[in-house]
Amino acid sequence: MNIFKRLLLELQEMSLLSARAALGIFKKPRYIPEAIAQMDSIGVGSLTIIILTGFFTGGVLTLQTYQTLASYGATDQLGYLVSISLVRELGPVLTALMVTGRVVSAISAELGSMVVSEQIDAMRALGTDPNRKLVAPRLIALIVTLPLLTLVADVMGIAGGWAVSTFLYDLPSTMFINSVRDGITTDDIIGGIIKPLVFAFLMGTIACHKGLKTEGGTVGVGRSTTTAVVTASIIVIIADFFLAKALQVILGTQP
Amino acid sequence: MMAETSVHRPGAQPPDNRVSERAAESTFREVDDTERAIPAIEFREVTMVFDDRKVLDNLSFKVMKGETKIILGGSGCGKSTTIKLVLGLLKPDSGKILVDGEDITNYSEVEMMRVRKKIGMIFQEGALFDSLSVYENVAFKLHEQGVPEDQVENEVRRMLRFVNLEPAIDKMPAELSGGMRRRVGIARALVGDPKIVMFDEPTAGLDPPTARTICELAMKLRDLEDVSSIFVTHEMNNLDYLTSEYAVVNEAGEVVFETEGEKLCLINCKVLMMRDGQVIFSGTDETLRKADDTYIQKFLRGH
Repeated sequence: MNIFKRLLLELQEMSLLSARAALGIFKKPRYIPEAIAQMDSIGVGSLTIIILTGFFTGGVLTLQTYQTLASYGATDQLGYLVSISLVRELGPVLTALMVTGRVVSAISAELGSMVVSEQIDAMRALGTDPNRKLVAPRLIALIVTLPLLTLVADVMGIAGGWAVSTFLYDLPSTMFINSVRDGITTDDIIGGIIKPLVFAFLMGTIACHKGLKTEGGTVGVGRSTTTAVVTASIIVIIADFFLAKALQVILGTQP
Repeated sequence: MMAETSVHRPGAQPPDNRVSERAAESTFREVDDTERAIPAIEFREVTMVFDDRKVLDNLSFKVMKGETKIILGGSGCGKSTTIKLVLGLLKPDSGKILVDGEDITNYSEVEMMRVRKKIGMIFQEGALFDSLSVYENVAFKLHEQGVPEDQVENEVRRMLRFVNLEPAIDKMPAELSGGMRRRVGIARALVGDPKIVMFDEPTAGLDPPTARTICELAMKLRDLEDVSSIFVTHEMNNLDYLTSEYAVVNEAGEVVFETEGEKLCLINCKVLMMRDGQVIFSGTDETLRKADDTYIQKFLRGH
């Protein structure tokens, strides 16, 4: 099979997987407790790393751009610059990448070990569809929690930027806050929420697909985990570019 | 003696032979039951190919109701594939598979879910869900069906008693020994009293007494519960137990195992031997032991 065919096949399998999981949501039994448990482990569990990532990214943005803005005498725009970079780009992408490292790896490793120890077969033999019991709750949990985590990262990033500008560069606190408030528009926030929704869907599908396709024992689990993390990270970055362009057109923010 | 008892004396009550009439009736009913003539599992010329390698080559066999079919064969000869096909976990490339006379070959996953309810499957290593306790593992099927918790608990305890593991009810799979994991796997497969049970090398890697316990469970299912089963193995002691002993309930109400001999000859246990995806032997254990095929003899004796 050549690489193009294989790519198409993977795409077809992933679409089918997500379609089955999505259709399963509307049928009984519904796996609400499973979805809530996943939200807890994906969302609440990732909170610490997202808070730290957001805070220090905002901090370092201020650190790196302050000199340039000061040379133009535009330090009153510091909050605007930090917040717009965070809300539009860094928040969604960094959150997605951090969650990929923590969650996509965990999902594909968990499902992969279930495949090699025949637990998936056992589940099917017991009359339960793994797509609905395992895939759907994870997808839903990711789709619900990733936008929320992104918001946390944005807020923490702005807080980090504010902390550096206030305590390191002695800028007045109100100046930073006012430039954030004046700079950000509703469109930026909407765009910043739509992105993680799409990322979550892509990451969840890739993680579950790679996990369920595991072959070749424990070595296979390692291999599928690596592939899942690498593929999800790259897809997030590529999708970010196209989403940014699409959002510019849709929201009419195109210059 | 017989003549004496059958003499009808005037004024005396006629002899009560209704019990034997009833027994005869039920025996005939069983023999005449056309349902029982339909095989529980039937393979018709099933072929399965993995990456240009024929795993199953024109495989045909039947498992009748109440019968245990022991599938023997070396590693990689297609034994596990065979039972995964019965459950529809894999699909054949050609041929037909029938369960209870129903052609399941082209069933979708949704249709298969209904068929799987009739079948219990015991996996090689138990395949217990690591994240769930023994109780939750055995209760899995009932929880999925939304059965009330008190009924679930009764059923789980009954099943764990059947495999002698009731004290382990609150343990996690990681705390269990290999033999215990298999037994929990058996308890989980038997929830809902399936009439067809598949054993995929259930004694591989177990010590002889534990292996014996598992074979005894299989015999109890066959002889006391009228379960049809496929028992995949490559261990000779499993073959010896299953083909020469049977389970009965003694007067004290205990299950005991007797050896076939003068009194009774087992007819509900047949052997099928596979090699490279093909059937090389099908019949009783007696004919298997007498077969002059060098591979079979080597397999039986180990040299």
